[in-house]
Amino acid sequence: MSAVLELADVVKRYDGGVEALRGVDLTVEAGELCAIVGPSGSGKSTLLHIIGTLERASAGLVRIAGADVARASDRELAALRARRIGFVFQQFHLIEADSALENVATGLLYCGTPASERRRAATAALARVGLGHRVRHPSALLSGGERQRVAIARALVSAPAIVLADEPTGNLDSHTGREILDLLRAMNAQGTTVVVITHDREIAATLPRRVELRDGRLVHDDATSVTR
Amino acid sequence: MAALRRPRRQFASEPSAPGATPATPRLPPSRLLPLDVVRVASVGLRTRRLRVALSALGVAIGIASMVAVVGISDSSKAGLVAELNELGTNLLTVTPGQTFLGGSAELPEAARRAVAHLESVRSAAAVTTVAAATVRRSPFIEAAETSGLTVDAADPQLLATLGGRVVRGRFLDGANGRYPLVVLGAVAAERLGVQRLLADGRPLQVYIANTWFTVAGVIGRLPLAPEIERAVLIGYPIAHDLFGTTRSASTLYVRADGERVREADSLLGATADPQNPEQTQVSRPSDALQARADAQSTLTAVFLALGAVALLVGGVGIANVMVISVLERRPEIGLRRALGARAVHIAVQFLGESVLLSLLGGAFGIGLGAAATAAYAATQGWIVVVPVLAVGGGVAIALLLGAVAGLYPAVRAARLAPAAALRSV
Repeated sequence: MSAVLELADVVKRYDGGVEALRGVDLTVEAGELCAIVGPSGSGKSTLLHIIGTLERASAGLVRIAGADVARASDRELAALRARRIGFVFQQFHLIEADSALENVATGLLYCGTPASERRRAATAALARVGLGHRVRHPSALLSGGERQRVAIARALVSAPAIVLADEPTGNLDSHTGREILDLLRAMNAQGTTVVVITHDREIAATLPRRVELRDGRLVHDDATSVTR
Repeated sequence: MAALRRPRRQFASEPSAPGATPATPRLPPSRLLPLDVVRVASVGLRTRRLRVALSALGVAIGIASMVAVVGISDSSKAGLVAELNELGTNLLTVTPGQTFLGGSAELPEAARRAVAHLESVRSAAAVTTVAAATVRRSPFIEAAETSGLTVDAADPQLLATLGGRVVRGRFLDGANGRYPLVVLGAVAAERLGVQRLLADGRPLQVYIANTWFTVAGVIGRLPLAPEIERAVLIGYPIAHDLFGTTRSASTLYVRADGERVREADSLLGATADPQNPEQTQVSRPSDALQARADAQSTLTAVFLALGAVALLVGGVGIANVMVISVLERRPEIGLRRALGARAVHIAVQFLGESVLLSLLGGAFGIGLGAAATAAYAATQGWIVVVPVLAVGGGVAIALLLGAVAGLYPAVRAARLAPAAALRSV
């Protein structure tokens, strides 16, 4: 197995001296399903942004899908996000005016894929998340669970090396939340590497590997059995 | 677009050692297909229709007023040219100029005959102003109240030479010139207030000097000889009998052969007054109309300036709406960055939206301006002319305006840090 994600001694300092991450080491192998869990303020959002290359680390090594983030240009990072990283957000972030299909197709927009091909891939992705019947549905009329499924389909449509899900159940009731987790597990079973960021220990407990974050440090990692 | 690139942070740019492995296994760069640029730029327009309509309105009004001003000006020009074609440019006038000593010259009495015999002249008619006489409705009106009307002695050939026509009654002829009959110019008839009475078909008299004259007819408009419109015309014989008027013309109207206008023009002075050709003035009345057609009125410039102000306001409106749009859509910007958009793609999206918005207003404005031109031209009886330049210029201005107005919002959108944009929900 090869590492999709490698963090070594990652530090993130914000202007004003706040240290959000204080030396994080984390390796995620291809095909893993991993939860990063921690209370609010533990630095997990910052970690997500750094893994997702939306922010750069202040120090340390970040390697995603073989790319050294610190040495990559903004242009290369954009390419990385377009083709290797999929995002799922708590607030879904759908474009309300567009149909479910259009939203999923947006996942391929910045890969330069022609529209017809995007739509074909999006239709397939919607079928994978169990929304084959909602293809033409305006996304504004979808339920919360359906919206998150659309968002997951959008993350999957470019066949990324890793999917980052930031509190994917945060805006959903517990029943729907479980369904979304089941879906993520199913996607993982089909070979997608998934990292779920959550504050909810219960949710984290249902996932095969847990990484606990507190005050910007890893305090527990199932994989290394380290508990600090 | 170099300005859109965020400054590289120091820690991000370790100098790479020579021969080091590339930072990234080669991935094709993010790109946005040209067609998708349009698609992405129109997202904001589709979702906020009322706001789009209102903010495009400013540009529409600006462009509409500019197109209408240019259109109406050109239509009026076309109208004048058409009128000119109808009137002909072969009418010439000969008037006495000044003597060598500065006194006013007189044309010889034989001038009309001599001129009429020129080969290049089709017809000629003399008009002599009877300075001593005024025309009034009745003797009870003060003689000084001329209403700006003149009393002219005229040749029977005048109407044919001017290409005018009688709208009521008949013109002077060789036989009735010795009787107290008068033909009214169109404006004269109006100012004397006799139109209604004439319409009733009753015989009508006007008081000229100390004599009642019966109105024989009224002539129509004469755009090339507006001074005749303001005159009442009587025959030379009676003018001579009553006022001692001679045949020395105040104005000699000459209709030249269409192809030989230049020739006639060059010969007229010497023919009219062989002894003092330099004391005659030959002119072409259609030149004045032509000049009017060519002149760009100051009013046009004023309205163009007003249109430009409206456009400026419209542009500011668009910039305003775009800034708000960027603020509102920060999560969308963050999402797009997360999906692989580069800063340039975000800038292009918002710049495109601004340009589309402005073009929308421009297109509407061109339609509006063309409609206004057509409506106004219809009331004036002109040909409708909407110059290609105005339409093309309108599109170009809208394009430019949208680009300028959208530049700042687009740069702001592109500079948003992706993580910060996503957080701002």
